[in-house]
Amino acid sequence: MAMLEVRHLRKNFGSLEVLKDISFSVDTGDVVAIIGPSGSGKSTLLRCINQLEKATDGEICVCGNEMLVPHPKGGVTYADAKTLRAIRLRIGLVFQNFNLFPHFTVLRNITEAPIHVLKQPRAEAEKTAMALLEKMGLAAKANAYPCELSGGQQQRVSIARAMALHPDVLFFDEPTSALDPELTGEILKVIKELAADGMTMVIVTHEMAFARDVADRVIFMEHGVIVEQGEPEVLFGENASERTKQFLQRY
Amino acid sequence: MSASEIWGVVRILFNYLGATLKLFGFTLLYSIPLGMIVALLKKCRFKPISWLTSFYILVMRGTPLMLQIIVAYFAIPMLRRAEGLPAFLSNFLNSMNIQGDQFLFNAVLFAFVFNYAAYFAEIFRGGMESIPQGQYEAAAALSMTKTQTFFRIILPQVIKRVVPASANEVITLVKDTSLANVVAYGEITLKAKEQMQNYSSLVPLFIAGIFYFVLATILTLLSSFIEKKLNYYK
Repeated sequence: MAMLEVRHLRKNFGSLEVLKDISFSVDTGDVVAIIGPSGSGKSTLLRCINQLEKATDGEICVCGNEMLVPHPKGGVTYADAKTLRAIRLRIGLVFQNFNLFPHFTVLRNITEAPIHVLKQPRAEAEKTAMALLEKMGLAAKANAYPCELSGGQQQRVSIARAMALHPDVLFFDEPTSALDPELTGEILKVIKELAADGMTMVIVTHEMAFARDVADRVIFMEHGVIVEQGEPEVLFGENASERTKQFLQRY
Repeated sequence: MSASEIWGVVRILFNYLGATLKLFGFTLLYSIPLGMIVALLKKCRFKPISWLTSFYILVMRGTPLMLQIIVAYFAIPMLRRAEGLPAFLSNFLNSMNIQGDQFLFNAVLFAFVFNYAAYFAEIFRGGMESIPQGQYEAAAALSMTKTQTFFRIILPQVIKRVVPASANEVITLVKDTSLANVVAYGEITLKAKEQMQNYSSLVPLFIAGIFYFVLATILTLLSSFIEKKLNYYK
């Protein structure tokens, strides 16, 4: 079943076309990697789906709910606030720069949204949070502040924070780009574990070996269009398009 | 001046410490929340409101506080005598009691609150603008409402960032209360001037200076205590 469907998505910043006619879909349990050079629109695509940017045109459908549809007179019509909120709750987002809340402890970073957004009782939220931290190997850091953690630890906390809302799909926006190779390994290991648990994920990444390993499908983007998408064996193989091969040569 | 005379002056000034602190305290009580509101109005996306707020800040920061105090005190009595005012306005002005200490205090407080709110607003706006966009985005990605985001995520971080600059304003305020003597508000500086004339001596002014110095020192210590308290994260 398609968990996420994006059709003919366009996004302009002023006269600059960042996304030109993007279409793809993600099925439940899929791990999709989005690769491509900087400035190709990968992050903008993620941000449009996460409602951090407003799309210019196109259609996005999450778990059968229309998030935005093209307006007959041009432009797009977004769903009502209630639907948008419901959709947002189904999508978790992990940022490149973690964006943890520096004034909260690790535990409170994770429990804040479950308590105040999902209205979970504190005890229940903390239990879930501790289980997630356990999984991330960070149970001992529950009462530390983000500034006391390494980048890799911070990113693991931010994954736990996103998971605490039980999203149906998890988006990663270059989750390892701010980390050194050793810490990158930590995060990739966590993502692999999530994949093994059957988590649906969309990952924007520059880690090609990882994309090849973990992804069920790879999307190669450049200049705001999808150049090629398919199974990693194809994109990383001999039958890939010339442009894809050329891009991957550098890795 | 003899020791007993000096002691007498200290006691007189001490009696007016309350009036100084009352003006100081009420100014903080009203100008900090008002400054927060002004800062938000200046960031308002509806441009006329933002422009109007900028103009208010420009006037408050661009003219002397002493002048503002004089205007606040004399405006109502003067306007009462003006002709051609709309009936409701002159009725309103005439209904106000402009005699006595309460009116004097209110007028002075009015000037202080609106002046300091402008300064606090600029500090708070700077503080809000220094919070990384990622904090808003993280809160949005977690489906927090705008109100939750502001009060739970943004404001606590803004407070930490504005403490040093605000402490500066607060220390300036305790000394600025002396400007209220211009309309004969009975506080330490006014009384020190009276005693100076009484004894033909500068000593009362020095004593007044010590009062302000002690207050400013206490506030400095308090602000570094608060800064340390908020230093549990970076």
